[in-house]
Amino acid sequence: MKNQRPETGGFFQRDRAWQPPALTPLYKTSVVRSPQKAPIAFPHTPSEITGPTFGHGILGALDNDLTLNHARSGESAIGPRIIVYGRVLDENARPVPNVLVEFWQANAGGRYRHKKDGYLAPLDPNFGGCGRTITDEDGNYSFRTIMPGAYPWPNGINDWRPAHIHFSVFGHGFVQRLITQMYFEGDPMIWKCPIVGTIPDRRAIEGLIAALDMEATVPMDARAYKFDIVLRGRRSTLFENRMEGN
Amino acid sequence: MAQDLNRLKESASQTAGPYVHIGLTPNFCGIEGIFPDDLGASLVSDQTKGERISVVIRVFDGTGSVLKDALVETWQADAEGLYNSPSETRGAADPAFSGWGRFPSDMESGEIRFETIKPGPVPFPGGRMMAPHINLWIVARGINLGLATRLYFGDEEAANAEDPVLARIEHRNRVPTLIASRDGDIYTFDIHLQGEMETVFFDI
Ligand SMILES: [Fe+2]
Repeated sequence: MKNQRPETGGFFQRDRAWQPPALTPLYKTSVVRSPQKAPIAFPHTPSEITGPTFGHGILGALDNDLTLNHARSGESAIGPRIIVYGRVLDENARPVPNVLVEFWQANAGGRYRHKKDGYLAPLDPNFGGCGRTITDEDGNYSFRTIMPGAYPWPNGINDWRPAHIHFSVFGHGFVQRLITQMYFEGDPMIWKCPIVGTIPDRRAIEGLIAALDMEATVPMDARAYKFDIVLRGRRSTLFENRMEGN
Repeated sequence: MAQDLNRLKESASQTAGPYVHIGLTPNFCGIEGIFPDDLGASLVSDQTKGERISVVIRVFDGTGSVLKDALVETWQADAEGLYNSPSETRGAADPAFSGWGRFPSDMESGEIRFETIKPGPVPFPGGRMMAPHINLWIVARGINLGLATRLYFGDEEAANAEDPVLARIEHRNRVPTLIASRDGDIYTFDIHLQGEMETVFFDI
Protein backbone atom coordinates (compact mmCIF):
# COMPACT_ATOMS: atom_id res chain seq x y z
CA MET A 1 0.00 0.00 0.00
CA LYS A 2 2.27 2.73 -1.30
CA ASN A 3 -0.11 5.58 -0.52
CA GLN A 4 0.42 5.02 3.20
CA ARG A 5 2.91 6.97 5.19
CA PRO A 6 5.19 4.57 6.99
CA GLU A 7 4.84 3.93 10.71
CA THR A 8 3.53 7.24 11.89
CA GLY A 9 -0.20 6.67 12.37
CA GLY A 10 -1.92 6.17 15.71
CA PHE A 11 -2.91 2.71 16.87
CA PHE A 12 -6.27 0.97 16.86
CA GLN A 13 -8.26 1.30 20.03
CA ARG A 14 -7.43 -1.50 22.42
CA ASP A 15 -10.31 -4.01 22.76
CA ARG A 16 -10.81 -3.97 26.51
CA ALA A 17 -13.55 -6.58 26.33
CA TRP A 18 -10.98 -9.00 24.84
CA GLN A 19 -8.18 -8.14 27.25
CA PRO A 20 -8.46 -9.20 30.90
CA PRO A 21 -10.14 -6.61 33.13
CA ALA A 22 -8.12 -5.13 35.99
CA LEU A 23 -10.31 -6.61 38.74
CA THR A 24 -10.41 -10.41 38.59
CA PRO A 25 -11.27 -11.64 42.13
CA LEU A 26 -10.36 -15.28 41.45
CA TYR A 27 -6.80 -14.01 40.96
CA LYS A 28 -6.67 -12.60 44.45
CA THR A 29 -3.69 -10.25 44.13
CA SER A 30 -5.60 -8.23 41.53
CA VAL A 31 -8.17 -7.15 44.11
CA VAL A 32 -6.06 -4.40 45.72
CA ARG A 33 -3.93 -3.74 42.63
CA SER A 34 -6.74 -2.96 40.18
CA PRO A 35 -7.67 0.62 39.31
CA GLN A 36 -11.39 1.17 39.83
CA LYS A 37 -11.89 4.34 37.84
CA ALA A 38 -12.25 4.37 34.08
CA PRO A 39 -9.00 4.98 32.19
CA ILE A 40 -9.06 8.17 30.15
CA ALA A 41 -8.64 8.12 26.36
CA PHE A 42 -7.11 10.72 24.07
CA PRO A 43 -5.90 10.72 20.47
CA HIS A 44 -2.38 9.42 20.01
CA THR A 45 0.45 11.90 20.07
CA PRO A 46 4.16 11.32 19.39
CA SER A 47 4.40 10.08 23.01
CA GLU A 48 2.26 7.06 22.12
CA ILE A 49 3.22 6.60 18.46
CA THR A 50 6.97 6.43 19.01
CA GLY A 51 8.84 3.78 20.95
CA PRO A 52 12.35 2.63 21.79
CA THR A 53 14.42 0.49 19.44
CA PHE A 54 17.06 -2.11 20.19
CA GLY A 55 19.87 -3.05 17.86
CA HIS A 56 20.87 -6.62 17.07
CA GLY A 57 24.24 -5.63 18.53
CA ILE A 58 22.94 -6.03 22.09
CA LEU A 59 22.45 -9.76 21.55
CA GLY A 60 24.98 -12.30 22.76
CA ALA A 61 25.48 -15.61 20.98
CA LEU A 62 23.56 -17.60 23.61
CA ASP A 63 20.84 -15.08 24.42
CA ASN A 64 18.32 -17.22 22.55
CA ASP A 65 19.44 -20.56 24.03
CA LEU A 66 18.24 -21.11 27.59
CA THR A 67 19.63 -24.66 27.55
CA LEU A 68 23.16 -23.22 27.39
CA ASN A 69 23.19 -19.57 28.50
CA HIS A 70 23.56 -20.38 32.19
CA ALA A 71 25.21 -23.79 31.84
CA ARG A 72 28.71 -24.84 32.77
CA SER A 73 30.96 -25.58 29.85
CA GLY A 74 30.01 -28.90 28.27
CA GLU A 75 26.76 -29.17 30.23
CA SER A 76 23.18 -28.06 29.60
CA ALA A 77 19.91 -27.51 31.41
CA ILE A 78 17.84 -30.51 32.49
CA GLY A 79 14.44 -31.03 30.90
CA PRO A 80 12.68 -31.85 27.65
CA ARG A 81 14.46 -29.89 24.94
CA ILE A 82 12.21 -27.64 22.87
CA ILE A 83 12.39 -24.90 20.26
CA VAL A 84 9.87 -22.07 20.47
CA TYR A 85 9.40 -20.10 17.28
CA GLY A 86 6.88 -17.79 15.69
CA ARG A 87 6.24 -14.32 14.40
CA VAL A 88 5.39 -10.99 15.90
CA LEU A 89 2.52 -9.58 13.86
CA ASP A 90 0.20 -6.62 14.20
CA GLU A 91 -3.59 -6.54 13.97
CA ASN A 92 -3.24 -5.77 10.25
CA ALA A 93 -1.54 -9.19 9.96
CA ARG A 94 1.71 -7.48 9.00
CA PRO A 95 5.02 -8.64 10.50
CA VAL A 96 6.64 -6.44 13.13
CA PRO A 97 10.37 -6.51 12.32
CA ASN A 98 13.34 -5.61 14.54
CA VAL A 99 11.57 -5.64 17.91
CA LEU A 100 12.93 -6.97 21.17
CA VAL A 101 11.32 -10.17 22.49
CA GLU A 102 12.28 -11.26 26.02
CA PHE A 103 11.25 -14.49 27.75
CA TRP A 104 11.60 -16.05 31.17
CA GLN A 105 10.42 -19.26 32.77
CA ALA A 106 10.71 -21.79 35.58
CA ASN A 107 12.99 -24.79 35.21
CA ALA A 108 11.81 -28.31 34.34
CA GLY A 109 10.73 -28.86 37.95
CA GLY A 110 8.68 -25.67 38.09
CA ARG A 111 11.20 -23.66 40.15
CA TYR A 112 12.33 -20.10 39.40
CA ARG A 113 15.81 -18.80 40.06
CA HIS A 114 14.48 -16.02 42.32
CA LYS A 115 14.80 -15.43 46.04
CA LYS A 116 11.02 -15.07 46.36
CA ASP A 117 10.43 -18.60 45.03
CA GLY A 118 10.55 -21.19 47.81
CA TYR A 119 9.01 -24.14 45.97
CA LEU A 120 10.28 -27.59 47.00
CA ALA A 121 11.49 -28.42 43.51
CA PRO A 122 15.27 -27.89 43.22
CA LEU A 123 17.13 -25.32 41.20
CA ASP A 124 19.03 -26.60 38.18
CA PRO A 125 22.57 -25.17 38.38
CA ASN A 126 22.69 -25.13 34.59
CA PHE A 127 19.47 -23.17 34.10
CA GLY A 128 19.09 -19.40 34.57
CA GLY A 129 15.65 -19.00 33.04
CA CYS A 130 15.87 -15.94 30.80
CA GLY A 131 16.61 -15.16 27.18
CA ARG A 132 15.98 -12.60 24.48
CA THR A 133 16.05 -12.07 20.76
CA ILE A 134 15.06 -9.51 18.13
CA THR A 135 12.65 -10.25 15.30
CA ASP A 136 14.00 -10.42 11.76
CA GLU A 137 12.69 -8.48 8.75
CA ASP A 138 9.68 -10.81 8.51
CA GLY A 139 8.86 -10.63 12.22
CA ASN A 140 10.31 -14.09 12.94
CA TYR A 141 11.89 -15.08 16.23
CA SER A 142 13.01 -18.38 17.76
CA PHE A 143 14.82 -19.73 20.78
CA ARG A 144 15.84 -22.98 22.42
CA THR A 145 14.85 -23.90 25.93
CA ILE A 146 13.56 -26.73 28.07
CA MET A 147 9.90 -27.42 28.82
CA PRO A 148 9.08 -25.58 32.07
CA GLY A 149 7.34 -27.45 34.86
CA ALA A 150 3.94 -26.64 36.37
CA TYR A 151 4.14 -25.16 39.85
CA PRO A 152 1.85 -24.45 42.82
CA TRP A 153 1.27 -20.85 43.90
CA PRO A 154 -0.41 -19.18 46.84
CA ASN A 155 -3.88 -18.15 45.71
CA GLY A 156 -6.37 -20.86 46.62
CA ILE A 157 -5.00 -23.71 48.73
CA ASN A 158 -4.41 -25.86 45.66
CA ASP A 159 -3.84 -23.61 42.64
CA TRP A 160 -1.23 -24.59 40.07
CA ARG A 161 0.15 -22.70 37.12
CA PRO A 162 0.14 -24.62 33.85
CA ALA A 163 3.54 -24.93 32.20
CA HIS A 164 4.20 -21.51 30.68
CA ILE A 165 6.82 -19.14 29.33
CA HIS A 166 6.52 -15.41 30.09
CA PHE A 167 6.96 -13.07 27.10
CA SER A 168 7.69 -9.36 26.95
CA VAL A 169 7.37 -7.76 23.51
CA PHE A 170 8.04 -4.29 22.16
CA GLY A 171 6.35 -2.87 19.10
CA HIS A 172 7.29 0.24 17.19
CA GLY A 173 5.10 2.45 19.39
CA PHE A 174 5.22 2.46 23.18
CA VAL A 175 1.48 1.73 23.45
CA GLN A 176 2.04 -1.61 21.68
CA ARG A 177 4.05 -2.77 24.69
CA LEU A 178 2.79 -6.18 25.83
CA ILE A 179 3.57 -8.79 28.46
CA THR A 180 1.88 -12.15 28.18
CA GLN A 181 2.41 -15.87 28.77
CA MET A 182 2.65 -18.81 26.38
CA TYR A 183 1.00 -22.12 27.21
CA PHE A 184 1.46 -25.56 25.66
CA GLU A 185 -1.00 -27.41 23.44
CA GLY A 186 -2.85 -30.19 25.21
CA ASP A 187 -2.08 -29.13 28.80
CA PRO A 188 -5.18 -29.80 30.95
CA MET A 189 -3.88 -27.39 33.61
CA ILE A 190 -4.56 -24.36 31.36
CA TRP A 191 -8.28 -24.49 32.00
CA LYS A 192 -7.89 -24.74 35.79
CA CYS A 193 -5.67 -21.66 36.20
CA PRO A 194 -7.09 -18.47 37.78
CA ILE A 195 -4.54 -16.32 35.94
CA VAL A 196 -5.50 -17.79 32.57
CA GLY A 197 -9.09 -17.33 33.73
CA THR A 198 -8.65 -13.56 33.93
CA ILE A 199 -9.08 -13.58 30.13
CA PRO A 200 -12.80 -13.43 29.44
CA ASP A 201 -12.90 -14.84 25.90
CA ARG A 202 -11.99 -18.48 25.27
CA ARG A 203 -10.64 -17.58 21.81
CA ALA A 204 -8.23 -15.11 23.39
CA ILE A 205 -6.94 -17.88 25.67
CA GLU A 206 -6.53 -20.22 22.71
CA GLY A 207 -4.42 -17.50 21.12
CA LEU A 208 -1.88 -17.97 23.90
CA ILE A 209 -1.54 -21.74 23.43
CA ALA A 210 1.49 -22.70 21.34
CA ALA A 211 0.98 -25.50 18.83
CA LEU A 212 3.21 -28.55 18.70
CA ASP A 213 4.83 -28.51 15.24
CA MET A 214 6.39 -31.83 14.32
CA GLU A 215 7.53 -30.45 10.96
CA ALA A 216 9.73 -27.87 12.69
CA THR A 217 11.04 -30.41 15.19
CA VAL A 218 14.75 -31.21 14.96
CA PRO A 219 14.93 -35.02 14.89
CA MET A 220 16.82 -36.61 17.79
CA ASP A 221 17.17 -33.16 19.39
CA ALA A 222 14.20 -30.91 20.20
CA ARG A 223 10.48 -30.68 19.58
CA ALA A 224 9.13 -27.39 18.25
CA TYR A 225 6.24 -25.21 19.42
CA LYS A 226 4.89 -22.38 17.30
CA PHE A 227 3.75 -19.22 19.07
CA ASP A 228 2.71 -16.09 17.15
CA ILE A 229 2.22 -12.85 19.05
CA VAL A 230 -0.11 -10.10 17.84
CA LEU A 231 0.47 -6.46 18.75
CA ARG A 232 -1.91 -3.58 18.20
CA GLY A 233 -2.30 -2.45 14.59
CA ARG A 234 -1.39 0.98 13.33
CA ARG A 235 -3.96 3.14 11.64
CA SER A 236 -3.09 3.84 8.03
CA THR A 237 -3.18 7.53 7.25
CA LEU A 238 -5.01 7.30 3.93
CA PHE A 239 -6.94 10.40 4.87
CA GLU A 240 -5.77 13.01 7.33
CA ASN A 241 -8.02 13.98 10.19
CA ARG A 242 -8.38 17.75 10.04
CA MET A 243 -10.93 17.95 12.83
CA GLU A 244 -8.63 18.12 15.82
CA GLY A 245 -7.58 21.28 17.55
CA ASN A 246 -10.31 23.83 16.68
CA MET B 1 -22.16 -11.75 5.55
CA ALA B 2 -19.81 -9.05 4.36
CA GLN B 3 -16.17 -9.42 3.38
CA ASP B 4 -13.61 -10.37 5.97
CA LEU B 5 -11.45 -7.46 7.13
CA ASN B 6 -8.54 -9.88 7.58
CA ARG B 7 -7.55 -8.34 10.87
CA LEU B 8 -6.09 -10.21 13.82
CA LYS B 9 -6.88 -9.70 17.49
CA GLU B 10 -4.20 -8.42 19.84
CA SER B 11 -2.70 -11.21 21.95
CA ALA B 12 -4.28 -11.25 25.39
CA SER B 13 -2.13 -9.81 28.16
CA GLN B 14 -1.16 -11.83 31.22
CA THR B 15 0.36 -10.54 34.43
CA ALA B 16 4.12 -10.05 34.54
CA GLY B 17 4.00 -12.02 37.79
CA PRO B 18 6.29 -11.98 40.82
CA TYR B 19 9.36 -13.12 38.88
CA VAL B 20 9.33 -10.46 36.16
CA HIS B 21 12.88 -9.55 37.22
CA ILE B 22 14.24 -12.82 35.86
CA GLY B 23 13.26 -11.83 32.36
CA LEU B 24 13.59 -8.06 32.38
CA THR B 25 16.21 -7.20 35.01
CA PRO B 26 18.09 -10.46 35.63
CA ASN B 27 21.22 -8.81 37.01
CA PHE B 28 19.06 -6.92 39.53
CA CYS B 29 17.75 -10.23 40.92
CA GLY B 30 21.13 -11.96 41.03
CA ILE B 31 21.17 -13.78 37.69
CA GLU B 32 24.52 -12.61 36.41
CA GLY B 33 26.51 -13.70 33.41
CA ILE B 34 23.68 -14.10 30.90
CA PHE B 35 23.32 -10.45 29.86
CA PRO B 36 26.15 -7.98 30.52
CA ASP B 37 23.74 -5.50 32.12
CA ASP B 38 20.05 -4.82 32.56
CA LEU B 39 18.52 -2.90 29.65
CA GLY B 40 17.28 0.59 30.45
CA ALA B 41 19.06 0.77 33.81
CA SER B 42 20.52 4.20 33.03
CA LEU B 43 19.27 6.99 30.82
CA VAL B 44 21.86 9.74 30.82
CA SER B 45 25.53 9.97 29.97
CA ASP B 46 27.96 12.90 30.03
CA GLN B 47 26.98 13.66 26.44
CA THR B 48 23.22 13.87 27.06
CA LYS B 49 21.85 17.38 26.57
CA GLY B 50 19.41 18.91 29.02
CA GLU B 51 18.69 19.64 32.66
CA ARG B 52 19.63 16.76 34.96
CA ILE B 53 16.87 15.70 37.30
CA SER B 54 16.22 12.82 39.68
CA VAL B 55 12.89 11.05 39.85
CA VAL B 56 11.58 8.97 42.75
CA ILE B 57 8.55 6.79 42.08
CA ARG B 58 6.59 4.59 44.45
CA VAL B 59 3.58 2.45 43.59
CA PHE B 60 0.90 1.85 46.25
CA ASP B 61 -1.88 -0.72 46.37
CA GLY B 62 -5.44 -0.18 47.61
CA THR B 63 -4.43 -0.82 51.23
CA GLY B 64 -1.80 1.93 51.10
CA SER B 65 1.08 -0.55 51.03
CA VAL B 66 4.00 0.16 48.72
CA LEU B 67 4.62 -2.47 46.01
CA LYS B 68 8.02 -4.10 46.27
CA ASP B 69 7.62 -6.19 43.13
CA ALA B 70 6.54 -3.62 40.54
CA LEU B 71 8.43 -2.75 37.38
CA VAL B 72 8.09 0.64 35.70
CA GLU B 73 9.23 1.51 32.20
CA THR B 74 9.70 5.14 31.23
CA TRP B 75 9.58 6.72 27.77
CA GLN B 76 10.29 10.36 27.24
CA ALA B 77 11.37 12.95 24.72
CA ASP B 78 14.79 14.58 24.79
CA ALA B 79 15.42 18.13 25.99
CA GLU B 80 14.12 19.48 22.67
CA GLY B 81 10.90 17.44 22.78
CA LEU B 82 12.01 14.84 20.21
CA TYR B 83 11.73 11.08 20.64
CA ASN B 84 14.62 8.80 19.76
CA SER B 85 12.50 6.57 17.52
CA PRO B 86 12.16 5.79 13.80
CA SER B 87 8.53 6.94 14.11
CA GLU B 88 9.64 10.43 15.12
CA THR B 89 8.99 12.64 12.07
CA ARG B 90 9.82 16.08 13.49
CA GLY B 91 13.60 15.83 13.57
CA ALA B 92 16.56 13.92 14.96
CA ALA B 93 16.64 13.36 18.70
CA ASP B 94 19.76 13.67 20.89
CA PRO B 95 21.82 10.57 19.95
CA ALA B 96 23.12 10.47 23.54
CA PHE B 97 19.63 9.92 24.95
CA SER B 98 17.57 6.80 24.18
CA GLY B 99 14.60 8.09 26.18
CA TRP B 100 13.69 4.66 27.54
CA GLY B 101 14.27 3.33 31.03
CA ARG B 102 13.30 0.22 32.97
CA PHE B 103 13.25 0.24 36.77
CA PRO B 104 12.24 -2.43 39.27
CA SER B 105 10.97 -1.38 42.69
CA ASP B 106 13.53 -1.84 45.41
CA MET B 107 12.70 -5.18 47.04
CA GLU B 108 12.99 -3.67 50.55
CA SER B 109 11.76 -0.08 50.29
CA GLY B 110 9.62 -0.28 47.17
CA GLU B 111 11.31 2.85 45.89
CA ILE B 112 12.36 3.53 42.30
CA ARG B 113 14.98 6.23 41.82
CA PHE B 114 16.60 7.26 38.54
CA GLU B 115 18.44 10.10 36.88
CA THR B 116 17.21 11.60 33.63
CA ILE B 117 16.78 14.93 31.90
CA LYS B 118 13.74 17.14 31.84
CA PRO B 119 11.98 16.45 28.52
CA GLY B 120 10.96 19.23 26.15
CA PRO B 121 7.36 19.79 25.08
CA VAL B 122 5.71 17.51 22.49
CA PRO B 123 2.75 18.49 20.27
CA PHE B 124 -0.79 17.17 20.54
CA PRO B 125 -2.67 16.47 17.26
CA GLY B 126 -3.56 19.84 15.77
CA GLY B 127 -0.36 21.47 16.96
CA ARG B 128 -1.07 22.63 20.53
CA MET B 129 1.85 21.77 22.79
CA MET B 130 1.62 19.33 25.65
CA ALA B 131 3.42 20.10 28.89
CA PRO B 132 6.68 18.20 29.45
CA HIS B 133 5.96 14.69 30.67
CA ILE B 134 7.40 11.21 31.10
CA ASN B 135 5.25 8.31 29.88
CA LEU B 136 5.07 5.45 32.37
CA TRP B 137 4.09 1.81 31.94
CA ILE B 138 3.59 -0.22 35.11
CA VAL B 139 3.50 -3.99 35.43
CA ALA B 140 3.49 -6.26 38.48
CA ARG B 141 1.99 -9.35 40.01
CA GLY B 142 -1.75 -8.71 40.24
CA ILE B 143 -1.81 -6.32 37.26
CA ASN B 144 -3.38 -8.14 34.33
CA LEU B 145 -2.70 -5.50 31.67
CA GLY B 146 0.16 -3.01 31.91
CA LEU B 147 -1.02 0.38 33.18
CA ALA B 148 -0.23 3.59 31.28
CA THR B 149 0.07 6.94 32.95
CA ARG B 150 2.15 10.12 32.71
CA LEU B 151 4.39 12.02 35.07
CA TYR B 152 4.05 15.80 34.72
CA PHE B 153 6.29 18.28 36.51
CA GLY B 154 5.05 20.38 39.42
CA ASP B 155 7.14 23.41 38.47
CA GLU B 156 5.55 23.61 35.00
CA GLU B 157 2.33 25.17 36.25
CA ALA B 158 1.66 27.32 33.19
CA ALA B 159 2.34 24.51 30.71
CA ASN B 160 0.33 22.02 32.78
CA ALA B 161 -2.63 24.40 32.79
CA GLU B 162 -2.59 24.40 28.96
CA ASP B 163 -1.96 20.68 28.52
CA PRO B 164 -4.60 19.11 26.25
CA VAL B 165 -4.32 15.66 27.90
CA LEU B 166 -4.71 16.97 31.44
CA ALA B 167 -7.64 19.01 30.09
CA ARG B 168 -9.45 15.76 29.29
CA ILE B 169 -9.69 14.84 32.95
CA GLU B 170 -13.29 15.57 33.88
CA HIS B 171 -12.79 15.34 37.63
CA ARG B 172 -10.34 18.20 38.16
CA ASN B 173 -9.45 17.06 41.66
CA ARG B 174 -7.73 14.04 40.05
CA VAL B 175 -5.30 16.12 37.96
CA PRO B 176 -2.75 16.42 40.82
CA THR B 177 -2.35 12.60 40.78
CA LEU B 178 -0.29 13.10 37.59
CA ILE B 179 1.96 15.88 38.85
CA ALA B 180 5.28 15.14 40.51
CA SER B 181 6.34 17.51 43.26
CA ARG B 182 9.76 19.14 43.02
CA ASP B 183 12.21 19.47 45.89
CA GLY B 184 15.58 20.72 44.67
CA ASP B 185 16.29 18.66 41.55
CA ILE B 186 14.30 15.65 42.83
CA TYR B 187 10.80 14.97 41.61
CA THR B 188 8.66 12.63 43.70
CA PHE B 189 5.77 10.78 42.12
CA ASP B 190 3.49 8.42 44.04
CA ILE B 191 1.26 6.14 41.99
CA HIS B 192 -1.88 4.87 43.70
CA LEU B 193 -3.41 1.88 41.96
CA GLN B 194 -6.65 2.28 43.86
CA GLY B 195 -8.43 4.31 46.53
CA GLU B 196 -9.15 7.97 47.26
CA MET B 197 -6.02 9.13 45.49
CA GLU B 198 -6.21 6.66 42.59
CA THR B 199 -3.84 7.84 39.86
CA VAL B 200 -5.34 8.71 36.50
CA PHE B 201 -4.53 5.92 34.06
CA PHE B 202 -4.93 6.18 30.33
CA ASP B 203 -6.79 4.11 27.76
CA ILE B 204 -4.33 4.70 24.96
FE1 LIG C 1 5.41 -17.92 35.92
